Amino acid sequence: MSSLQFDIAHLLAGCLVLASFMMLYQDRLYALLNVYALHAGVLALSVAWQAYVQGAPHLYVTALIALVFKAIIIPVALHRIIKRLGIHREIENVISVGLTMMAGIGLVALSMVVMLRVTPGADALAREDLAFALSVVLLGLLIMVTRRNAVSQVVGFMSLENGLVLAATGAKGMPLVVEISVAFSVLIAFIVIGIFLFRIRERFDSVDVETLDRFRGERR
Amino acid sequence: MSIDALTAILLIPVLSAALLAALPGYMLTAKLNVVAALATFLTSLSLFVVEPTSGQYLLVDDLNKVFIVLTTFVGFTTSVFSASYIHHEIEVGRLTPAFMRFYHAMYQTLMFAMNLALVANNIGLMWVAVEVATLTTVLMVGIYRTHEALEAAWKYFILGSVGIALALFGTILVYMAARPVVGEGLDGMVWTVLVQHASAFDPALLNVAFVFLLLGYGTKVGLAPLHAWLPDAHAEGPTPISAVLSGLLLNVALYALLRFKMILAVNTAAIAPGPLMVTMGLISVIFASLMLYRRRDIKRMFAYSSIEHMGIIVFAFGMGGPLANFAGLLHMTMHSLTKSAIFFAVGHVAQVKGTQKISDISGLTVTNPVLGWGLMLGVVAIVGLPPLGIFMSEFLVVSSTFSHAPWLTVILVLGIIIALGGLLLRVGVVVFGEPKGPTAPAEASYVPMFTHLALVFMAGIYLPPALVNGFTNVARLLG
Repeated sequence: MSSLQFDIAHLLAGCLVLASFMMLYQDRLYALLNVYALHAGVLALSVAWQAYVQGAPHLYVTALIALVFKAIIIPVALHRIIKRLGIHREIENVISVGLTMMAGIGLVALSMVVMLRVTPGADALAREDLAFALSVVLLGLLIMVTRRNAVSQVVGFMSLENGLVLAATGAKGMPLVVEISVAFSVLIAFIVIGIFLFRIRERFDSVDVETLDRFRGERR
Repeated sequence: MSIDALTAILLIPVLSAALLAALPGYMLTAKLNVVAALATFLTSLSLFVVEPTSGQYLLVDDLNKVFIVLTTFVGFTTSVFSASYIHHEIEVGRLTPAFMRFYHAMYQTLMFAMNLALVANNIGLMWVAVEVATLTTVLMVGIYRTHEALEAAWKYFILGSVGIALALFGTILVYMAARPVVGEGLDGMVWTVLVQHASAFDPALLNVAFVFLLLGYGTKVGLAPLHAWLPDAHAEGPTPISAVLSGLLLNVALYALLRFKMILAVNTAAIAPGPLMVTMGLISVIFASLMLYRRRDIKRMFAYSSIEHMGIIVFAFGMGGPLANFAGLLHMTMHSLTKSAIFFAVGHVAQVKGTQKISDISGLTVTNPVLGWGLMLGVVAIVGLPPLGIFMSEFLVVSSTFSHAPWLTVILVLGIIIALGGLLLRVGVVVFGEPKGPTAPAEASYVPMFTHLALVFMAGIYLPPALVNGFTNVARLLG
């Protein structure tokens, strides 16, 4: 493998981690969605590049799903839902942005240490990809736990899932990648439809998960 | 492709799901649901007679036969219970006939997904099947459209999805570990190939993979720090779904975990999965048994009891060895039968009394003797009093642990006794207290409940040699 091919793959995966970091400090829902669209776009590029490098044409399908479904349809649909529900205000963070970013840096360091140490046998491309993918997964989890807003939790989950797709495409020759990415797309479509159909705002007056908590625990 | 029993247990639920989604009229569809579940069960029994050949995607061995027969059997009895339960829900208007189509189609889809997860020979396919099972149950939990039901469904959805995402990451890592040994492509995900070559895999990668798999599938098993979705989902969904969740879906996730444990067991350089499972199991037992005391909702209380028993089962499999594995399998079977029987009883109790609040239900043996005694019998079984089946299996778990790690036995027994006290204290009032609330007789089918209880009772006194042989084989397989 030429070093240019490796560098480009590395760059794209690095951009994905960077986009995850950008999501961490967004404080408005629309801005968060735009960054997510960017995230999915970078993923599509990265997957397409892997398809080219590995000579695996079926990965182009995964790239196309990422581009059309995740970078365009889902963000647009969520935009409209937010507008319709009138919830486009600021997102409340559970902890401050500074601390969140510090935690994020810690998680990236952790995934580098863990993944690079356990994969000395794998080829360099897959190895770096896996380390970056785990960072994206952990940052996605961090977004989910630091946000109170249901929509931004969903965005966190979707970015987590992008990390998984990156890991799956990086594992050379892994079967079922396309099927798994379709399965995930269905899952996400369900979540988004869920937000809309369940009409969380109508039920709870707000999508703030804090209000959901009122119903937690025992029936009285 | 010719249709053998293996494809039939997948095809019957899929076809009937499509049919039930299209047919109007809930009386007919409820019956069809029963027929489809019975057909699946009978087909699964035929696996003992003629064993279909396993391929790259589907697999039958001694391990999953046990799970398949248990799943299809409880699936069948629950469909019988569901028919009588749903009838009442329509009458009181909690569900409309339009929801019935959806409900029955989802029921069969769930059966399909669980069967697929059990027969999948491909770890990717297994993952997809568990995801489908999660999705269908999420939709069913939210079916009443109340505040609580929606909140429970949402919580289950988010936690279940995160769990399943972590499981996928673990699956990818297993493939990465396998690739240098078995080569690229499909072989790297076929479980039978993996387990053959696992001794040559990179142990470090397998270790990390197992941690992700344990967290991922462990969320679905309902192990203690990851259990938060379970009580809500059990309490707010329709009772047949609580029975299926508790009796079957938790087992399916456990089965996925066991398959990966077998891969790790072959590789001696990797960490032993046992201690991890033992720890999580014990935490679940202690935590859940303490939580039993302050429950106000009867279904929620039995959900915590499920966490406790899954803890015992995971503990037993974590201890490993032929005897502990045997005990774990037996306990899993007994728990599935008993817990679904309890949910059958609780479902009808909640319908008769119009509430799930423990403080509003009292004196069942006076107002509804059959239900009351049925529930009491179920609880006597679930807390592990002799001579019922769970006593047998718990005794085996405890005695097999005693020779290896006496201190762990102390903790385990403490958990079991705390749970016994909590459940008997709460249910004692419900069953024997001053009669309270409506006294209308339940329009219930008691057959499924008493069938399960009879089986549990029989298992406590006499285990058929064929069953013992089968379980012994599987226990040896599990290592």
